[in-house]
Amino acid sequence: MWRRCLLFGLGASLATSLAAATPARAYTAYVSNEKGNTVSVIDTDNWTVTKTIKVGQRPRGIEFTRDGKSVMVAVGDDDTIQVIDTKKQEVVDTLPSGPDPELFTQDAAGKILYVANENDNTVTVIDLEKRARLGDIQVGVEPEGMTVSPDGKILINTSETTNMAHFIDTSTRKIVGNVLVDARPRFAEFKPDGSELWVSSEIGGSVSIIDPVKHVVTGKINFEIPGLRREAIQPVGIGMTKDGKTAFVALGPANRVAIVDATSHKVTKYLLVGQRVWHMAFTPDEKYLLVTNGVSNDVSVIDVAAQKVIKTIQVGELPWGITIEP
Amino acid sequence: MIRRWICAIGFSIAATQALAADPVEIGIGYLGHAGVRSTLSLVQQPADNDGIAGAHLAIEDNNTTGKFLNQHFTLQEVRLKEGEDVAQAASALAEHNGFIIADLPPDALLKAADALRDRGTVLLNAGAIDDSLREQDCRANIIHVAPTRSMLADALAQYLVWKQWKRWFLVVGSHDKDKLFADALRRAATRFGGKIVQEKTFEDTGGARRTDSGVTLIQRQMPVFTQQVPAYDVLLAADESEVFASYLPYRTWDPRPVAGSAGLVPTSWDAAQDQWGSTQLQNRFVKLNSRHMTALDMQAWTAARMIGEAASRVNSGDPKAMLNFLKGPDFSVAAFKGQRLTLRDWNLQLRQPILLVDGRMVVSVSPQEGFLHQVSELDTLGVDRPETKCKLH
Repeated sequence: MWRRCLLFGLGASLATSLAAATPARAYTAYVSNEKGNTVSVIDTDNWTVTKTIKVGQRPRGIEFTRDGKSVMVAVGDDDTIQVIDTKKQEVVDTLPSGPDPELFTQDAAGKILYVANENDNTVTVIDLEKRARLGDIQVGVEPEGMTVSPDGKILINTSETTNMAHFIDTSTRKIVGNVLVDARPRFAEFKPDGSELWVSSEIGGSVSIIDPVKHVVTGKINFEIPGLRREAIQPVGIGMTKDGKTAFVALGPANRVAIVDATSHKVTKYLLVGQRVWHMAFTPDEKYLLVTNGVSNDVSVIDVAAQKVIKTIQVGELPWGITIEP
Repeated sequence: MIRRWICAIGFSIAATQALAADPVEIGIGYLGHAGVRSTLSLVQQPADNDGIAGAHLAIEDNNTTGKFLNQHFTLQEVRLKEGEDVAQAASALAEHNGFIIADLPPDALLKAADALRDRGTVLLNAGAIDDSLREQDCRANIIHVAPTRSMLADALAQYLVWKQWKRWFLVVGSHDKDKLFADALRRAATRFGGKIVQEKTFEDTGGARRTDSGVTLIQRQMPVFTQQVPAYDVLLAADESEVFASYLPYRTWDPRPVAGSAGLVPTSWDAAQDQWGSTQLQNRFVKLNSRHMTALDMQAWTAARMIGEAASRVNSGDPKAMLNFLKGPDFSVAAFKGQRLTLRDWNLQLRQPILLVDGRMVVSVSPQEGFLHQVSELDTLGVDRPETKCKLH
């Protein structure tokens, strides 16, 4: 496997040197390295790591603030969320999250942060400007996936042992619906038009398509890869293009990203990436999709239009989350 | 406990009149034996609530989920003392509980199962690892959550073979359980290419596990006992009775690692397991019970979670509907082992990865890379369908 990765990486870097001829705006990607206790900064112009920032223990969920000035990273074993100043490229502040924060999301204005606290069966609501904790919402066992509906009215949280997607009214902060999905739901993503909610189930091996109005599962995406056991296919991160037509699903230890036609819900292609692929982020122009590979300690760069992996970038130990400047 | 349960019933009857949407009550029984076994190491001495503590945590987890589905789970515990009638106790528990989690020796488990057969109540075996219960003595109303001896032995053997430590010196205790574990290790050697270069029996001559004189004598005995053996890579100790295995590490004549009942031990769970999100479970367990989570705790947790999973999937507290789900093709449970766990339909044994632990860390997890299977790699552990002696129907 390793040898294949290396050869693949060599081939890919040749391809990139050709691709680099077309000028594209350079962006900066931040990758949380779960075991390394670091965040790797990647320049998407030349696909190199330009800086490695020391952060707290067990960094996982990572996201830019809406103004693009800071990066927030959940450091679960330090029970807090750290704020990285993107100019200084160092940790400058912390946010008052609950214990063991893993994933979080923010509202469209970037004023309210919702944090999943795995140890407490709660979602913590934080006012980003005042740096104050506004309250907690009781959810199922081991909350993880978090997303806000495009209209801002509904917050979704998935709970890994309860196996549900909880629908929370963002104005009342009350649960208004619970939808049972397959085992260990880890990530939730709305279609950009808000018509569908997609939830990945890591152990169940599926992505559930949920009607966000009726709160029912209307369909399921299953993945079949020749030569791979069902148990090895463990969907985690989901990324969708802004036009709502194409989705990418990271399949964990299957070492592949599935490309899904978001209208027909059919898998159209599997891309071989690094080992244990977790999460992903698009460049703002949607030319590239970057995915983190936990076990092989690298990030794969996918050319979105060509549907090909064009580059592999070595980062820190056990990369997990990724965010790209808006 | 029983009184509390009766109170709950009384309350739910009274409340039926007042509230339209009373939660569906789902009763789970827990049938165990009184007293704990003595271990050589004080650190490994089980707590009085070993096992049931895991079931209690799963009931909490089930009830957190139940809040959203209007289901409520209760646990009713019965501990059998020496000489008490297991059939009677099982029948009494089955009066109010559709499922019973059992931590019983094999003969008692079979008696309980047979007493409940006509009633249709299902036992979830959380404690007994005997292969016979899944083979010639299998029962249609026992679901086995605990791994078997052969699964444990195979998990260890795969790792030793992967490591190229293939020459084994097998030391077997003089009790029946020890001999059964030795049988499983011999079978594993044949399956995976290990070679037992010598076997020796360690007679249990009685005597206390703890003495004021300490280790002086043991330090003299163990090297002598393990000398004059052909060249070997690993000493395998089969000592479920806790008579000698923990005395062997660092005291063998030749400097060799010990595995089996001491040293590198195959197990369903360990307090050091922190992969695949386990930390959350470990934290919840410590918070609730003020101690670390053992394999028996985990087996009981998994059993109670399987019942909770069935109740949420069929959205019902009807034991028959839940059982059909558990036995059906759609059942799987997440239990912090990195993959879904399913039941072997031929004998109702839960497939599961096995951890190899040294008392401080998880060293590895089997099945090992490269041990392939046409259905599930988990079926490389233990007795597989073509070899089974179980006839459920």
